[in-house]
Amino acid sequence: MLRPAERNAPSSPRFEPWTQPGNTPFIRVQGVSKAFGGEPAVTGANLDIYKGELFSLLGGSGCGKTTLLRLIAGFEVPDDGRILIDGIDMTGVPPYERPVNMVFQSYALFPHMSVERNIAFGLRQERMPRKEMNERVSQALDLLRLTPLSSRRPDQLSGGQRQRVALARALVKHPKVLLLDEPLAALDKKLRENTQFELVNIQERVGITFILVTHDQEEAMTMSTRIGIMNEGYIEQVGTPREIYEFPGTRFVADFIGAANMFGGVILRLDEQGAAIQAPDIETEVEVAHAGAGVAGMPVTVMVRPEKVRISKTAPKNQDTNRTEGTVVEIGYLGDMSIFHVRLDSGKVMQASQLNLHQDAEQKITWEDRVHLSWHPSNAVMLTL
Amino acid sequence: MKTNGLVARIQGKPDRWKERWGQRLVAAVPMGWLLVFFLAPFLFVLKIAFSESRLGIPPYQPLLEWVDGAVLQLQFNLANFGFFLEDPLYAAAYLSSLKMAAVSTLICLMIGYPMAYSITKVRQPWRNVLLMLVILPFWTSFLIRVYAWIGILKNEGLLNNFLMWVGVIDQPLPLLHSPFAVYVGIVYSYLPFMILPLYATLERMDLTLREAAQDLGCRPWEVMLKITLPLSLPGIIAGSMLVFIPAAGEFVIPDLLGGSNVLMIGKVLWNEFFLNRDWPLASAVAVVMLVLLLVPFMLFQHYQARQDEAEAR
Repeated sequence: MLRPAERNAPSSPRFEPWTQPGNTPFIRVQGVSKAFGGEPAVTGANLDIYKGELFSLLGGSGCGKTTLLRLIAGFEVPDDGRILIDGIDMTGVPPYERPVNMVFQSYALFPHMSVERNIAFGLRQERMPRKEMNERVSQALDLLRLTPLSSRRPDQLSGGQRQRVALARALVKHPKVLLLDEPLAALDKKLRENTQFELVNIQERVGITFILVTHDQEEAMTMSTRIGIMNEGYIEQVGTPREIYEFPGTRFVADFIGAANMFGGVILRLDEQGAAIQAPDIETEVEVAHAGAGVAGMPVTVMVRPEKVRISKTAPKNQDTNRTEGTVVEIGYLGDMSIFHVRLDSGKVMQASQLNLHQDAEQKITWEDRVHLSWHPSNAVMLTL
Repeated sequence: MKTNGLVARIQGKPDRWKERWGQRLVAAVPMGWLLVFFLAPFLFVLKIAFSESRLGIPPYQPLLEWVDGAVLQLQFNLANFGFFLEDPLYAAAYLSSLKMAAVSTLICLMIGYPMAYSITKVRQPWRNVLLMLVILPFWTSFLIRVYAWIGILKNEGLLNNFLMWVGVIDQPLPLLHSPFAVYVGIVYSYLPFMILPLYATLERMDLTLREAAQDLGCRPWEVMLKITLPLSLPGIIAGSMLVFIPAAGEFVIPDLLGGSNVLMIGKVLWNEFFLNRDWPLASAVAVVMLVLLLVPFMLFQHYQARQDEAEAR
């Protein structure tokens, strides 16, 4: 199950440069589009990323996230729009002259060179004096715990070690921006989780802006300062992991991140306090505190996360004004929590999850039980897109 | 091996005996082939090389002979290998063959590498079409293709006529019966053998390695020099061997296109066999050439084995 962990990047208790109006973004993607053979890959992308961020581009396969990363790296040339890095327009700048480095999904280590030579490759290219180069390389070897492996060849390394070499090879160049294309996808689950934290740690220590491409929402949630969700070449929403999870901007985002109960309906009333929505799936009208712009009669979607829905056998005695009833048709036991699938009288199936707080507690709610579902208006979101 | 063991366990009895003999049988087929069609003929040639020339059929003395019906006499004649010292013609022919083969290999590499590289850059289906075109000449007889070059290179041939028509020259150039013609013939004939192994290595190469090199500051020519070229070394070596070895022993091309102006060991060999009918000397020439060609081949094998070992680790 997905639980959004809030992370405060670069050591300060709150790192939110995007909230300060005076800050200029470090990387600006302005109206960038790219198509391959008439097939659009990225369409009208706009993105501002600030210095020191660990920004994730998240989306399913073919959503354009890797293309956007390659556009920033310079491997692809945008059909339209421009990309600025540290105030400099990158249009026409080839990859070997951009102040960015990339960690490839396959790591792309040079098989004919030792670990040390792989790491030193970029510095040699800069014609850096030998003394300084050796210093930088040994620092990088040290940072990534690669010193004992420095004379090995890539084919003598494990997946995790290769990943660290790829990271060292890019970091040693001290790029302004480090681009990571699915850096953890080739690692097994346990190693991936450890490496997530290690990556965040390294990012905080070196202070380099990271842009990470991933299809793994959990990875994006745990690591990022902010996430850009992509779908079919469009950037659907940009926000902190918390914003994206709690206040998704579109139906796609709500559905893509975590689990969501969604009902179609029309607006009955709308004011500052929220909206009242007539949803055919639920008999009573639904109140939503987080409503954007809209007018009465407009078709909308109501979204509420399963863990925000309370489930009980008796009518709940609480402030949750949105209520409905149904029959339990499915129970998913996940260990730390259980997910109940409840069929409402309308036929719609809703999900509600509950933490299993007591080890030996018998399951109070079981199949075919008649249950009450309730949620507070402040825990529901109205989506217009 | 792991799965074999597993299969044996599933079958309920460890079938080691069958497994071992099965492996030997599989290895025996190519070994037998080499034994019959390579080693045995070579031993014949070696035998003739150590015998003495005579008039008759066959035109050499047998190595083993019954003298007076009782004593088995072994006549071992090393004199044939003295040809090197007796006549500088042979040494010159060897050297000129090796030189011509080396230069042809280099030219093939210089033409073949860019060709192989650009074929890998072409999108499918066109890539297969280009590969087909590389192999296409093989559908015509080798001999006929070499003859065709006579028609192109001779004094009143296509090339000279064209150059005169354009007005670059007013006298036909003596292209045929020159080292130039032999180079043209060898490079033309053996170029596919260079392109195919190069293509195989270049096509297999991970494209992201080139991107990674660019990302780390390499200009395109530096990527070529530092990444693509060193990683395609096995292909370069394989292609070079495939061109160098047959080119060094080439007979048809120097005979048809080189005439008497080009000295190559293949021609010398033919002359000794068929004009002088000195089979023992011809065999000795052949044995020495084989040894000369074996050295680079064994170097190649050694390199390949080391490469495989590195890959296996």
